[in-house]
Amino acid sequence: MTKQIRQLDRVVIRFAGDSGDGMQLTGDRFTSETAQLGNDISTLPNFPAEIRAPAGTLPGVSSFQVHFADYDILTPGDAPNVLVAMNPAALKANLADLPRGADIIVNTDEFTKRNLAKVGYASSPLDDDTLDGYAVHPVALTSMTIGALAELDVSKKDAERAKNMFALGLLSWMYSRPYTSTLRFLERKFAKRPELVAANVAAFKAGWNFGETTEDFAVRYEVKPAKMPPGTYRNITGNAALSLGLVASGVRSGLPVFLGAYPITPASDILHELSKHKRFGVTTMQAEDEIAAIGAALGASYGGALGVTTTSGPGVALKSETISLAVALELPLVIVDVQRAGPSTGMPTKTEQADLNMALFGRHGEAPVAVIAPKSPSDCFYAALEAARIALTYRTPVILLSDNYVANGSEPWLLPDVESLPDLRVEFATAPNGEDGTTFLPYLRDPQTLARPWAIPGTPGLEHRIGGLEKADKTGDISYDPTNHDFMVRTRAARIETIPVPDIEVEDPDGDARVLVLGWGSTYGPIGAACRALRQRGLPVAQAHLRHLAPMPANLGTVLASYDRVVIPEMNLGQLAQVIRARYLVDAIGYNQVRGLPFTAAELETMLEEVLKNV
Amino acid sequence: MSEPIALKLTAKDFKSDQEVRWCPGCGDYAILAAVQQFMPELNIPRENIVFVSGIGCSSRFPYYMNTYGMHSIHGRAPAIATGLSVSRPDLSVWVVTGDGDALSIGGNHLIHALRRNVNLKILLFNNRIYGLTKGQYSPTSEVGKITKSTPVGSADAPFNPISLALGAEATFVGRTIDSDRKHLQSVLRAAAEHEGSAFVEIYQNCNIFNDGAFDQLKDPGIRDDHLIRLEHGQPITFGKDGQFCVVHPPGGFGLEVRETASTAAEEIVVHDAGVADPAYAFALSRLPGFDLRNTPIGVFRSVARPSYDSVVQSQVAEAKAKATETPEQQLAGLLGSGDTWTIVG
Repeated sequence: MTKQIRQLDRVVIRFAGDSGDGMQLTGDRFTSETAQLGNDISTLPNFPAEIRAPAGTLPGVSSFQVHFADYDILTPGDAPNVLVAMNPAALKANLADLPRGADIIVNTDEFTKRNLAKVGYASSPLDDDTLDGYAVHPVALTSMTIGALAELDVSKKDAERAKNMFALGLLSWMYSRPYTSTLRFLERKFAKRPELVAANVAAFKAGWNFGETTEDFAVRYEVKPAKMPPGTYRNITGNAALSLGLVASGVRSGLPVFLGAYPITPASDILHELSKHKRFGVTTMQAEDEIAAIGAALGASYGGALGVTTTSGPGVALKSETISLAVALELPLVIVDVQRAGPSTGMPTKTEQADLNMALFGRHGEAPVAVIAPKSPSDCFYAALEAARIALTYRTPVILLSDNYVANGSEPWLLPDVESLPDLRVEFATAPNGEDGTTFLPYLRDPQTLARPWAIPGTPGLEHRIGGLEKADKTGDISYDPTNHDFMVRTRAARIETIPVPDIEVEDPDGDARVLVLGWGSTYGPIGAACRALRQRGLPVAQAHLRHLAPMPANLGTVLASYDRVVIPEMNLGQLAQVIRARYLVDAIGYNQVRGLPFTAAELETMLEEVLKNV
Repeated sequence: MSEPIALKLTAKDFKSDQEVRWCPGCGDYAILAAVQQFMPELNIPRENIVFVSGIGCSSRFPYYMNTYGMHSIHGRAPAIATGLSVSRPDLSVWVVTGDGDALSIGGNHLIHALRRNVNLKILLFNNRIYGLTKGQYSPTSEVGKITKSTPVGSADAPFNPISLALGAEATFVGRTIDSDRKHLQSVLRAAAEHEGSAFVEIYQNCNIFNDGAFDQLKDPGIRDDHLIRLEHGQPITFGKDGQFCVVHPPGGFGLEVRETASTAAEEIVVHDAGVADPAYAFALSRLPGFDLRNTPIGVFRSVARPSYDSVVQSQVAEAKAKATETPEQQLAGLLGSGDTWTIVG
């Protein structure tokens, strides 16, 4: 039969199942197929910290949401149009997010009495009125997969595990996705087990063919490619982009990159990725703890490498003392904090922006550092380069505040021309800099950058000692002189405060907005989507987004002063808002939520509309 | 390979212009002088030598050496030195630490540097007290020690630093004494020649807060009856007249001290620092009694194992050797790897 084809401009699909059901992989593959087609994409993985929570339970539900459109989009979407629920737990955990009318594809094989009881369903929601108003598609995913693989030489367990590929095949058919990249992927993934390649490919095709033949799916959808700038693209997560940015920093500076890291969610993927790039002169060390990780990175910086350490909030707390040492030593160091919900272990796989205070102020003594934050997954690449640039040019620790949302979310990335990336080359000190021509003064500063010379061991004639004790200006000798300490504290503050950073740009297309929304980091997408929606409704609103949190752009005060109201949405209890109030005496309105999930564009739109009404 | 050019450096070349600020009479002066005198022997240019320290009296050491140096954070010197050594295999990296710095706040970094076999020479000045904070007991202080923080005696059992290092499977473990310059330098020499981590415990007198802690090992009248001078390949006998010896009693786990006169010559243990199993050196480390009787000094263990630095460096070098393109070309290839698509304008 010929199926009707309907055009859509955007779709949000959520794949949900048990932690062991392979939902992340399924979502990832669907995303990749969608990218190939040229849609704009934004994704949101959401999974528990437990590797295998008890099967079939609510805490064990893992999901992957993908939003794709024929125009440029900024978020993974507020509410799914389609939910794929691999078991009752996945249905129950996600149903509240679904607007009425949404499609729900359920794996009926898992709706057993036992599984229903596990999540507190007294009767099957497939049989009662729970799903009234939704377009429910019951599919016996597991048994059809096993049936499709009956002729193949695989165990029942392996056959059952291929059910996610059946689901992927069905969805790929529904949304007319090209699938050759998925077949290639399966060949690579199971290269050592050809029988599993065959099984997964067969399951995928069975799902595709099921869509084509069953009458339950009468309509097939298409989403045309988005109009995007010409060039070559790839889909990339924030952690992957950040890793590539660090590799690029090594190439563009000509310095070896040394990463000291201790495994921690959600930052470990950066360690995994960088450990694969030794051919770029990248050395990775999995240290015994967070403190050793940053210590080794600082030691490598002292020796002339680009020292980097990657972690999440609890790790930054442990590294705090070493960051202060790096402030005193005035050596380059990049500290990546992929923020997660805290305090303490908190919710390790959920997002939050609550480490801003720690990044800005969380050290003993007056210990200023530069702080920057990426606004999207692909922006992590450029943020890493910018962190390296500041660290190397100004000989300072730089904290890069990513978060779980940008780290694990993905979007298409227009690949840059390598030659267009910033030139990060540095000059090491090679000769004495004292007036007598023989003395080396390790704390004699460059008048422009206030950076001290980087004199690395192995350089004859520049032997010197540095340390955590206060140093005399210029000579670097130990000094307890009161005036000198006051001078050095102020100089360390000034050398961060005077780093030139680009002016903040304001997006206010008609120039008539009276309300400014100021954000930082990963909230860029939802804020941008909310502002667009308001403007489309004829409600003017301006958006500005901070990439540099220390130092802040020189024009920020002027920008803030030119609006009647400043609203600051943050996934914390108002940390940036407090800084803005203190520094600029602006009566900023905070909008704060800490649910471990990114803002939805809709909630921001509603909130901003209220603010607009009251200006 | 041609003979290296003799640099003809002297002890004076290794003295920095900084005023030494230890208490008068501190054992650290003797160690500093011994190290400065020993350094020229290495025939390594000063600029290729780095001293990294933590916090404590001993950790002021780098300021007084006219080499590169870093006085870092309490306990963290082995970690910082690891990053430096791994990324700069051309350098000779020395760590100076104390019993509090290395064994209390920095215990984790010490054992991990040793198990990795990082190419560091770690000198632990053990005075069995916290000096810089004015006299609290340390992780090597004896049980019952009366100090400012333990007015009725410490309840903690101490670490035996040599046992600890051997437990971490350090490939080189030695012990020496601040006041015996010749012996100290002989152990430094062996440590410097060792590829990988070399751990050297140096008994050091704190004349202010723990004076005389090692007197039994220094008093010419009695020291020979207390000290076991380990020499590779030699039977282990000691005492003023060689009246004591070390044996491995049949059926026992460890080593014991016997009277030489009543022991058959073949029963006396011949010291072999190259025994692969650290259990032998560990048994040696357990010989001393609470009064420092039967304290071995010298090289307990010296075995060959590839250093962490060399393994890490060779992985990087091998990967780099395979690359045929420029770094920029490689980077362009890396950025464009995986599934890509092109939009034509």
